[in-house]
Amino acid sequence: MAINTDKNLYTVAFAAVMVIVVGSLLAFVASSLSGRIDENMRFEKQQNILYAMGVNENAGKGDVSFVPTNVVEKEFSKYIKEQYVIKGAELVKNDEAYLVDVKKEVAKAKKGEVPELPLFIGEKDGKKYYIIPMYGKGLWDAIWGFISLDSNMVVQGVFFDHKGETPGLGANINQRYFMDDFIGESIMSGSSFEGIKVAKGNNDPLNNDKEDNEVDALAGATITGNGVSAMIKETVDLYKDYLKTIRTN
Amino acid sequence: MALLSKKDTNLITDPLADNNPITIQVLGICSALAITAELKASLVMAVSVMFVLAMGNVVISLMRNIIPSKIRIIVQLIVVATLVIIVDQVLKAFAYELSKTLAVFVGLIITNCIIMGRFEAFALGNGPWRSFLDGIGNSMGYGLILVIVGFFRELLGSGTLFGIPVLGDPIEKTGLYSIGYENNGFMIIPPAALIVVGIIIWVQRSRNPALVEEN
Repeated sequence: MAINTDKNLYTVAFAAVMVIVVGSLLAFVASSLSGRIDENMRFEKQQNILYAMGVNENAGKGDVSFVPTNVVEKEFSKYIKEQYVIKGAELVKNDEAYLVDVKKEVAKAKKGEVPELPLFIGEKDGKKYYIIPMYGKGLWDAIWGFISLDSNMVVQGVFFDHKGETPGLGANINQRYFMDDFIGESIMSGSSFEGIKVAKGNNDPLNNDKEDNEVDALAGATITGNGVSAMIKETVDLYKDYLKTIRTN
Repeated sequence: MALLSKKDTNLITDPLADNNPITIQVLGICSALAITAELKASLVMAVSVMFVLAMGNVVISLMRNIIPSKIRIIVQLIVVATLVIIVDQVLKAFAYELSKTLAVFVGLIITNCIIMGRFEAFALGNGPWRSFLDGIGNSMGYGLILVIVGFFRELLGSGTLFGIPVLGDPIEKTGLYSIGYENNGFMIIPPAALIVVGIIIWVQRSRNPALVEEN
């Protein structure tokens, strides 16, 4: 028997059935996989934090290489000595600070409320690293990352990532040739917390000048680069009061 | 006996040349411009589209007799979106690294007009096996152009292929760069893709005048 697919009743019924089928299928997939996905995301955060303080498997000039997922939890507890949440002038110890949703806290700060800002203190070869999460806006969507500082306010490492920047252009902020340039730059200009700008045409493609608060931009990714500059500046402003207390130079 | 009949073989070979979705039908241009600055991104996009188009074509083809014609576009859209989301979720759970590479492409796959075009033009009127071949053929035709464009844009724009320097180091001035060669920054930005695609169309039509539309 052929079905008359032009009838209105059939159309409505078809739409209703399809919505139910597709909806339950997606709900089923999402709920059955959510445990694994959450775990993967947790590991990723730990990998990113460790990456920023230089605990990674980078070799030579190659690609970004994280600590492997099967050992990341062990490495994380080995290198990250303390985790805090900064609320106003208060510094609260919190061993799950790395799970704080930085996006929400940055939004709170913009609305004028008091944010709860995560901070990680790592230690490697007797040296202390202060690792700060960042969150900002690129060209198409969110960008985020971590920056690790020593007590002289000199960058020891950064990690950037993005949700939907253009492949081949802005998406390259998570590549080593961009991120490695930040190492050694100071976020200070004299005694003011300046951040680091992603600059076009600063005539320093090898990034020899570490005192200029600038790194060389990515060609074809102006807006993403500006987003990175703004993100660092905003983060430095948010953490300024805390950073003043640990600054030694 | 051949694996595929002649008609079936044509479903795969036609879109590679004389009925190419990008250069002849001028579909899928948006993604061809956006993501071809690097060869690797081109390849990833080509493979993802192949998967979604072949699967989607089969699903639509199986449903072709029960889809109400009034809402068929919406149904097609839901099928492709559902497929892409499921693939994305499964990758996030079992191949997290790969899913991160693909994340930026997800939106571009759903809105790729080649996918909707093949659903509408082919899968709604043909059986699943032929629709599957049509999906493979068209995505290969699409991928071929993407890879060609990606090759030239990455080589001329960045001096690399798959991220590996092939012309020397532009900062240390080695290889070709030592005799004054410079990367062409224009090749990195999307308009350059339009020019490369234009040249491909030009070459293709001058080799086969039958493809030139008459006014």
